[in-house]
Amino acid sequence: MAPRKVFIKSPLGWLIWGSVGFFFINLLGVIGTVVVSSFGTEWFDGWLPAGWTTKFYTTAWHDYQVPNLLRVTLQVALAVVSISILVGTPAAYVLARRDFPGKKILMLSFLLPIMLPPITYGIPLATFIYRLNLGGTLTGVIVANTVPAIPFVILVLSPFIEQIDPKIEAAARMCGATTRQIFIKILTPLIVPGLLAAALLVLVQTVALFELTYLVSGPGSNTLVVALYYAVFASGIRPYQAISAMAVFYMLTTLFILIVALRYVNPTQMVSQARSADSK
Amino acid sequence: MSGVTTSARGFNLKSWLAERGVDRLLILLIPAFLAMVAFFIYPTMYGTYLSFHPMDAKSGALGNYRSFFGDPYMRDSIWNTFRIALPVSLINVFAAIPLAVRLRHRVRGKRTINTLLVIPMSLGTVLVAEGLSAYLAPNGWFNRTLLATGIIDQPLQLLHNFWGVMISLLITGFPFAFLLTLSYISGINPKMEEAASTLGATSWQRFRYITFPLLTPGLAITFCLNFVLAFSVFPSANLLGNPAGDSHVLAVAAAQAIVNNYDYSMASAISVITGGFELAVVALVLVMRSRLYSGSTSGGKG
Repeated sequence: MAPRKVFIKSPLGWLIWGSVGFFFINLLGVIGTVVVSSFGTEWFDGWLPAGWTTKFYTTAWHDYQVPNLLRVTLQVALAVVSISILVGTPAAYVLARRDFPGKKILMLSFLLPIMLPPITYGIPLATFIYRLNLGGTLTGVIVANTVPAIPFVILVLSPFIEQIDPKIEAAARMCGATTRQIFIKILTPLIVPGLLAAALLVLVQTVALFELTYLVSGPGSNTLVVALYYAVFASGIRPYQAISAMAVFYMLTTLFILIVALRYVNPTQMVSQARSADSK
Repeated sequence: MSGVTTSARGFNLKSWLAERGVDRLLILLIPAFLAMVAFFIYPTMYGTYLSFHPMDAKSGALGNYRSFFGDPYMRDSIWNTFRIALPVSLINVFAAIPLAVRLRHRVRGKRTINTLLVIPMSLGTVLVAEGLSAYLAPNGWFNRTLLATGIIDQPLQLLHNFWGVMISLLITGFPFAFLLTLSYISGINPKMEEAASTLGATSWQRFRYITFPLLTPGLAITFCLNFVLAFSVFPSANLLGNPAGDSHVLAVAAAQAIVNNYDYSMASAISVITGGFELAVVALVLVMRSRLYSGSTSGGKG
């Protein structure tokens, strides 16, 4: 095991460390501006607002119907997570274990939604969802968000399943277990950590994914991030502090999910689907 | 289903298929495959079909494409997109390399840095855009600090132009590029560098001739995925840029066709154009990548 190294050693080290520091100071500035502005009475000039108040949180909570938005966001996210896990896991298993004709083409159809900007396939998808009369409904929003979530689950889980020794399944089969029993009693307990990671990553992604929901949602089926976009886009209708308060509500939601997620997944796993896509 | 189809010559279809890996287990693929066909492949094909049937039927099958490429304002959205997406993806990838090289081993504070970097990624483009619109404003903290320290005399105009969009994509894209590069670089066996070190290679030589070549295929993928993110700059272009001017990118043009004109046919045509240009760049990068070394990075015998 290599000993822990001290970060700063050379001028180059200082430069890198300095850039990282600069990045984080600006990030803190961006987040800090939102938080400070949400608590300010008036902030036109000067480093800080003229006075402090929490009244804009009440305004935002009622005017933007935050409880409603939270409920919709939660419903969409949970539905998307459940569907994508249920549909994606069996497919991930087969793709991890079998080689068959047409596998490459099949993989490509799972990779394309990740390799294309969401707005590109989002527009035809939204047109299609509106034609099914699902536009503006909760179902429509769930369907749209499931499209990138299924490949995501497959790409996170496949390498995970590949690590499990197939001999365990063979042994169970030899002892007379049926396929169903192998899945429920042998595989599921072994892939629980992978399932958890995939579910949390889909959750983080779905709450932050803007484009697809924006294209299909309507009043009553907007998620928090889309409502925030409309609030910022139509700034001037409500006080800017209320928009900042709304942004704080959104930030707290994502940070809460992120903190929960980071207890079970590593930060580098947030991008791991991209790596496993590469190895296919 | 009996599954056994025996012909006169004793040809067993089931075992013939099983030898090629086709058996009942593949049924498990069907739900995922059907979902992709119904909600990805079919809509994409339908959108492509729609793009050749303009609202104004008289303009012919290519009407949408003709009016897109014939209108300089629309045509420029291609250039506007590339002007933002290409530099931003390159900066993100090349800035990620030195940091990932530094943090490749167990370093104090690595987990903290990784965790902090995930925050802007999971906050998403909309929140970062909202925060930046106040932070970069002429009276915001950024300009105020630069004025107070005497670096500038006049506030920098960073909003409602190219720069706002650029900065927002750096903030959300860099963490992504870094974490991905880190996961690639961690897959390179440190023994290779150690071997070079015993032969007298300096740290720059080790990076230049060992780590970098092994990392390049991973960097190509990192670039592609960052490029995809940067190509759909919709929220930041609308909130931080000048969506009618130099931030009139393809994503904005497509969304405007729907939101302002309800012209799904034109919007689909712009989507097809966007997807075409984006996939062309990705394909180009992947072709270049396939000509690079693509063996094991984990080392071993030999």
